[in-house]
Amino acid sequence: MALLIRNARVFDPTEGLDDTLDILVVDGCIKELGRDLAVQQGECREIDATGLLVTPGLIDMHTHLREPGQEYKETIESGARAAAAGGFTSVACMANTRPVNDNASTTRYILEKAREACVHVLPVAALTVGLQGKALTEMGDLKAARAVALSDDGRGIADPQVMRHALEYARSFDLPVLCHCEDSSLSGGGVMHEGTVSALLGLGAITPVAEELFVQRDIALAEWVGHPVHIQHVSTAGSVRIIRDAKARGVRVTAETAPHYFTLTDEAVRGFDTNTKMNPPLRSAADIAVIKEALADGTIDVIASDHAPHSSLEKDVEFDHAAFGIIGLETMLPLTLALVREGVLSLTQVIEKFTRNPAAILGCACAGLRVGAVADFTIIDLGLLWTLDRTQLQSLSCNTPFLGHTFTGRAVYTVVGGIVVYAYQD
Amino acid sequence: MELNHKDLLGIEHLTAQEITLILDTAVSMKEVSAREIKKVPTLRGKTIISLFYEPSTRTRTSFEIAGKRLSADVVNISASSSSVVKGETLEDTGRNLQAMNPDLLIVRHACAGAPKRLADVLPTPVINAGDGAHEHPTQALLDAFTLRERLEKLSGLTVLIVGDILHSRVARSNILLLKKMGANVRVCGPRTMMPHNMELFGVEYVPRLVDAVRDVDVIMMLRIQKERQQGTRFPGEREYARFFGLNRSVLQHARDDVLIMHPGPVNRGVEISPDIMALPDSIILDQVTNGVAIRMALMYLFTGK
Repeated sequence: MALLIRNARVFDPTEGLDDTLDILVVDGCIKELGRDLAVQQGECREIDATGLLVTPGLIDMHTHLREPGQEYKETIESGARAAAAGGFTSVACMANTRPVNDNASTTRYILEKAREACVHVLPVAALTVGLQGKALTEMGDLKAARAVALSDDGRGIADPQVMRHALEYARSFDLPVLCHCEDSSLSGGGVMHEGTVSALLGLGAITPVAEELFVQRDIALAEWVGHPVHIQHVSTAGSVRIIRDAKARGVRVTAETAPHYFTLTDEAVRGFDTNTKMNPPLRSAADIAVIKEALADGTIDVIASDHAPHSSLEKDVEFDHAAFGIIGLETMLPLTLALVREGVLSLTQVIEKFTRNPAAILGCACAGLRVGAVADFTIIDLGLLWTLDRTQLQSLSCNTPFLGHTFTGRAVYTVVGGIVVYAYQD
Repeated sequence: MELNHKDLLGIEHLTAQEITLILDTAVSMKEVSAREIKKVPTLRGKTIISLFYEPSTRTRTSFEIAGKRLSADVVNISASSSSVVKGETLEDTGRNLQAMNPDLLIVRHACAGAPKRLADVLPTPVINAGDGAHEHPTQALLDAFTLRERLEKLSGLTVLIVGDILHSRVARSNILLLKKMGANVRVCGPRTMMPHNMELFGVEYVPRLVDAVRDVDVIMMLRIQKERQQGTRFPGEREYARFFGLNRSVLQHARDDVLIMHPGPVNRGVEISPDIMALPDSIILDQVTNGVAIRMALMYLFTGK
């Protein structure tokens, strides 16, 4: 069936496009871009997008889809629905499943499941076997099975020699390496940011240095080995300074942050809400200010959700015992659009951090808004006021501190391969 | 005046007026303990459950005696004898106890915020008897009661707290209470046992004990909690006793009338030398006596009406 988007503000910074146009999609690809396009013969769905923004399909390069092994938290299918509801047409999923995605069979299993999913799923495989930080995974095999990148996300690789060899070996297969930077001997036992609030609450604290040491180390190793690194979930001002300096020296390093690191501070932990417990932890107001600067000046290339579903079994317990992480697919775009209204980022910067930049880091094609391209795109209502309600979440989990929060703006349609996989309903 | 709180989760939530109300109520409660028949019918027919997920002798006995002197039925549950070992969650344990219609729940737990979790889901009032390194409000109240009894005021006093401030719920609650009541607080101890931003608490950090004791009205020694140490916080007890332990030679730098407190249990010869505990200026056992009065006052204020 053909699809005709009428009267949209078609916005693709890569194509230099920002114009009110119609988009005609036939056979999963963009067939025509223009004004007053004629309706095709045969069946054609028409969407009136007057006042709405159409962007290339959004990419979230950091999610946890929990399948295989923890399907009660999320499945590839439910995670994909959550992604679609958040405006994403592609998501990369981390390797800390059960079993760990550290072998080609598991990668193939994920991709097999992903065939039923409504968005593209890009498996990220482990750097080390079992995420144990000791033996390297079969990276060649993993690449052949179509893993897009490597990461031990969830744990820092403690031994620098292992990290060095992982980078060198990954370089042989030209696989991107995504770094979870955490010195667990320094952060161990901590459950929140080390600052005034942790001192007041008496909770075990995580110094920013635990992150910054490994950011510094992994960049130094990347520089030596000559293979790029991507720093995941940057949360501290110190990490930003290290990354900024490295970029200025010409080191091939990229970085991402997640919306909670520019939205919430450790003050949010005061009520012991376990949905404010994540790793890295919510930092200080001073860190947020520097993260915003880094987003604006390009030090941080990507915004990624770190979507980490957990059930009430892991979250409705004592703060010390609660699992780290929050879901984020369905709130990432709205939280980021707040930065546009605040004047921190331009819309162009937001879309680049959601599309072209993550695609470049993962070495994947980014479907642009041009004739002939695969019809992966997102239709956004920048002004829509809506309130996050547990019942409307597509994720199987609801561990988010933003329940009941009113947002401005969201994806209202998500189109993957010419199919409308999500349509917002009030 | 009344307390406008369902629960007592920490000093953080109390105003100076509310703290004064609790201390004033404890004065009349203390009188009950001095009688030949140490019992009044105030809480007859009330059920108080104490739920202790951490070992305790003093606090638990103190609560139990307080409840009995007010004629309440007091039921003690300790983690080792409860469903905890069978894997029941904190909230489920709480809901089960709630189903038996208690009038007050006293909770001690190793995790900061655990009493709040219960307070949020249960209609019964909850009193925090110590949660992790967070707060120990009844201890701070009994300390304040003891100080006020001796010195007739709290405002304007300078109180030195010595030891593992970072891991001490007693220190946290005392700092909050003393600041609210207009006292000055000074802290001393190895830097490894101090929160990162001590200044933000509005307290003064003095690294050397001999300097820290100068001109203070009160020295509050904290227990070195061996169970909370992770191995690299301090080199050992001998060195700790030498530089941060209270003994006669350190006391020579303090005022003659300085009062000495300790929340107990004391590691004799580590944070405090044995000869000091016997000094008339040591009010460590007064603290214990007053603990009963404070807990009676709290039971009355949180269930009596």
